Amino acid sequence: MENLETLVSPIVTSALSEVEAAANAADLDQVRVRFLGKKGELTQLLKGLGKLSPEERPKAGGFINEAKQQVQAVLNEKREALEKSALDARLASETIDVTLSGRGQDLGTVHPITRTMERITEYFGNIGFSVAEGPEIEDDYHNFEALNIPGHHPARAMHDTFYFNDSTVLRTHTSPVQVRVMEAFAKAGTTPPIAIVCPGKVYRCDSDQTHSPMFHQVEGLYVAEKVSFADLKSVLSDFLRVFFERDDLKVRFRPSYFPFTEPSAEVDIEWGTNEDGSTKWLEVLGCGMVHPKVFEYSGIDTSKYTGFAFGMGVERFAMLRYGVKDLRQFFDNDLRFLNQFN
Amino acid sequence: MKFSEQWLREWVAIEADTQGLADKITMAGLEVDDIDPVAGEFSGVVVGEIVACEQHPDADKLRVTKVSIGSEEIQVVCGAPNARVGIKVPFATVGALLPLKEGPGNFKIKKAKLRGVESFGMLCAEEELGMADSSDGLMELPADAVVGQDIRECLNLNDKIIDVDLTPNRGDCLSIAGLAREVSANFMAQVTEQQVADVAAEIDDIFPVNVVAKEGSPRFITRVLKNVDVSAKTPLWMVERLRRSEIRSIDPVVDVTAYVMLELGQPMHGYDLDKLNGSLIVRMAEEKEKLVLLNNEEVELNSKTLVIADEQKALGIAGVMGGNDSGVSTATQSVLLEAAFFDPITIAGKARSYGLHTDASHRFERGVDFQLQRKAIERATALIQEVCGGQAGPVSEVVSEELLPALATVALRADKVESLLGIRINNDLIEGLLSRLGLELTATADGEWTVAVPSWRFDISIEEDLIEELGRIYGYERLPETIPTALLKLKQVDEGKVKEADLRRVLVGRGYQEAVSFSFIDPKLHKQFDHQREAVALANPISVDLSVMRTSLLPGLVKTLSYNLNRQQSRVRLFETGQTFVRNGEELKQENHIAAVITGSRFPEGWTGKNEPVDFFDLKGDVEALLDMGGAAGEFHFEKGIHDAMHPGQCAALIRNGEVLGHIGALHPTLAKEFGLDGSVLMFEAKVSPVISGFVTEFNALSKFPEVRRDLALIVKQDVAADSMNRMIREVSGELLKDVRVFDVYAGKGIEEGHKSLALGLTLQHASRTLKDEEVNQLIDSILVRLEADFGASLRS
Repeated sequence: MENLETLVSPIVTSALSEVEAAANAADLDQVRVRFLGKKGELTQLLKGLGKLSPEERPKAGGFINEAKQQVQAVLNEKREALEKSALDARLASETIDVTLSGRGQDLGTVHPITRTMERITEYFGNIGFSVAEGPEIEDDYHNFEALNIPGHHPARAMHDTFYFNDSTVLRTHTSPVQVRVMEAFAKAGTTPPIAIVCPGKVYRCDSDQTHSPMFHQVEGLYVAEKVSFADLKSVLSDFLRVFFERDDLKVRFRPSYFPFTEPSAEVDIEWGTNEDGSTKWLEVLGCGMVHPKVFEYSGIDTSKYTGFAFGMGVERFAMLRYGVKDLRQFFDNDLRFLNQFN
Repeated sequence: MKFSEQWLREWVAIEADTQGLADKITMAGLEVDDIDPVAGEFSGVVVGEIVACEQHPDADKLRVTKVSIGSEEIQVVCGAPNARVGIKVPFATVGALLPLKEGPGNFKIKKAKLRGVESFGMLCAEEELGMADSSDGLMELPADAVVGQDIRECLNLNDKIIDVDLTPNRGDCLSIAGLAREVSANFMAQVTEQQVADVAAEIDDIFPVNVVAKEGSPRFITRVLKNVDVSAKTPLWMVERLRRSEIRSIDPVVDVTAYVMLELGQPMHGYDLDKLNGSLIVRMAEEKEKLVLLNNEEVELNSKTLVIADEQKALGIAGVMGGNDSGVSTATQSVLLEAAFFDPITIAGKARSYGLHTDASHRFERGVDFQLQRKAIERATALIQEVCGGQAGPVSEVVSEELLPALATVALRADKVESLLGIRINNDLIEGLLSRLGLELTATADGEWTVAVPSWRFDISIEEDLIEELGRIYGYERLPETIPTALLKLKQVDEGKVKEADLRRVLVGRGYQEAVSFSFIDPKLHKQFDHQREAVALANPISVDLSVMRTSLLPGLVKTLSYNLNRQQSRVRLFETGQTFVRNGEELKQENHIAAVITGSRFPEGWTGKNEPVDFFDLKGDVEALLDMGGAAGEFHFEKGIHDAMHPGQCAALIRNGEVLGHIGALHPTLAKEFGLDGSVLMFEAKVSPVISGFVTEFNALSKFPEVRRDLALIVKQDVAADSMNRMIREVSGELLKDVRVFDVYAGKGIEEGHKSLALGLTLQHASRTLKDEEVNQLIDSILVRLEADFGASLRS
């Protein structure tokens, strides 16, 4: 037995020192093969057990196995250490500057006018309004006549109309779309309610710092039984507070005049204060109860239905919302301007 | 309309201050745009009379004057060219505070020495008192100004000018009398109307009037005034009131007619009686009849224009402007005054058609009270006599009663009031509120009335008009707000249709910015992009470069691209959606298009390696993404195409069901040169509706069986379109083919000149079993046979 001990000890010592000396996984594996492999030094010793007497075998076997386990444990430990340092080295070598920018396209932008129209139509969509569109080159009938603006009406002068010929114009407002929608209802025999918003381009023959010959409006129309001015006030006040995200926004309805509504109102919102500390009011909307003549033109039964209509300038809303001061910038399409709207 | 606040307050006494008045009438629908003091803040300025005026000994342009302020005479050095003995002018005494020209604050007048001569105060021009933006000499006061009186008192300067922006339906408020009515209704105050006593005729003269166009002029009143002294000065108070309404004093007759118009709302005209031939004739103009107007411009009339003529020629456009020849001048001795009711529809639009807009046309178009003419002519006669003396003849009236507007009566129901305004207003209040506006209510049943509308309210003809009046006087701010209740009925939504908003978001996600350009463009620009079609042209464009309607979004986008390149941008990716306008014979097509342009590097500048300039396939990838959105990608294909603005070798037509929907391609080099663009510019445009119309996904069960991939390397001639081969392969393979795509294109060494090598990868799969090699081989063989037959393709060895 002493014999065996003197035989095993140096092997273990040598194995441990070689494990310690191994610089990488391949070295370590060689050490494993040399000592613990099928033909390894310790394995060979086990194979020599047969030469021993049956009484000696278990003890000697236990002794050799203990040595094997000792070497195996150190070897495992070393392997883990080597793997960890290899991983550490790899991670260190693969470290990148994560602050560099990503690859691929930058995000573009939706035009602030479109964005504003989308918001407006979304809010009205939420309470059941559908979007309707119509032609921009419009006939005199839909742009004026059917909206109770006959040829001689002084309101025509306020419209600064672009003409193609006597009977064809560039629409001066989005209101003709409501006429077209009501006509379609009447023609199809469909009865109200009608709830639509009509976003789109409109044109006036006027160009200076505060007027663009092309601009955008959203028109709205709600026709049903028993619609009143009180409904109109509520819906528009609500809309303005939602649009500007201000629950305390002061809104006022001021009597005004449009040929196609009666009663008519302009809507002002509180927007800062004047030099003298009084409330500064900004006009943002025109609205009113649909004029019975307009219903008659479009074939809606005035004894049964009433309705309200409203119209708003999209540029004005976009300017107020985003702080744009110069109307004309919307149509320059300067990338430095557009870039800011994402 | 601008008016003097004091004048209005003379007519209706209210306690509210200026702002209170403005707020109230604004909320009643008479929107106050502006309130301006009639003069700047100043003090210590009195009426001075120049009693001596001598040349300054040492300065050519200065005079040494003696100014009387009643109690004393003061030496003042003055440089104004109109300084002379006898005139009365505003005189700022030493210690006076005058307004600064710019901004708030003031400066003090001190004793001074000008070129060695002492000066004690300053003679003032209107500008120096903040009464005008500029002036070219001393302000000359009328001879009746009281020397020594504070100028603020003398000119009544403690007054404000209120500018009210009246809506076209409220022509009745275009006068002090009308405004006073409105103020009285809103403040529950009494109108103290200026009593107009009739002026008795002292002479018998009348001037014959023949109204031929009776419809246009149902009432026409004239009056002769003889021995009138037109050289008399219009009194200061009248000049000042006119000035506050932006009317310049001309002579007393013209001033009085303007004054009566402002006061009562009746436009009037004064003729020099001695210049009239025979009689006045109210008739339609003859075609091309000529007339020189008061503004010295000659117009050519048309037969739709109502004119006042004498027996020789037209004297003026009725309700718009008088003529130059027949008007009152300093030499006038006898005047014929005219006050007429012209039919609004006859007058409407006439001024505009001659490029005019006058105080008279503004009022007649909106409607003048048809019962006002006699009162106005009496008032004017009295005022003229007060200023210019003279003897008046009798009032002469030509009237067609049956053609005058009828006094309207309108039915009103309390129930209708409630249903329209959303609030029940009790009967007494309804009666009280409406009668304040001069409406006369007669109850016909409980809560029902007939309402007589006064002659000045042209805008009230139906029940809704009355309800608006009621709401207005009751106060819109007091009307309730009720959230409408509606049926919870869902809207139809077509899932197979791509939303335009989503289309935009996909492009935004791929780095595009949305542009919004004008729909009208320069005809030259149009021609550059569209050689054949005539653009729809505006009859009255703002300018030539905005004069025709676009047939395509590309001109605007390329222009915008070039605009940005000129502003130090090198990489541009833009898109736009919007209507285009194409005339096809009688038919006008207005279609929504979507378009995009790109130039510059493929990616934003970065550090990750080579960044090549964009080419055709960059844009095509983006377009294909759009086409995929509706799930109908398989229905679209591209073919070699032709487009006026595109490179002939780099242009494809986008096709769906045989219809060309649009084009994609490189900007034609010739056009690029014209725009000064040197990098490659790619562009795309298509109709929106076929692009967004797709299908709802129909799910195919996943096959459990393996896919088989076969690659084919083919040699074909250069001009063979890869996609046509793909389409043929799809057709031949049927359902087995899951995918076919080109994964390599090569031409050059090893490939015969004029040929290219195409590598196609086919992915095949059966839904319910594993494909056998033989059947795959059989399919590939049949594809190869077709490829050779249809495209002359051979396998690359």
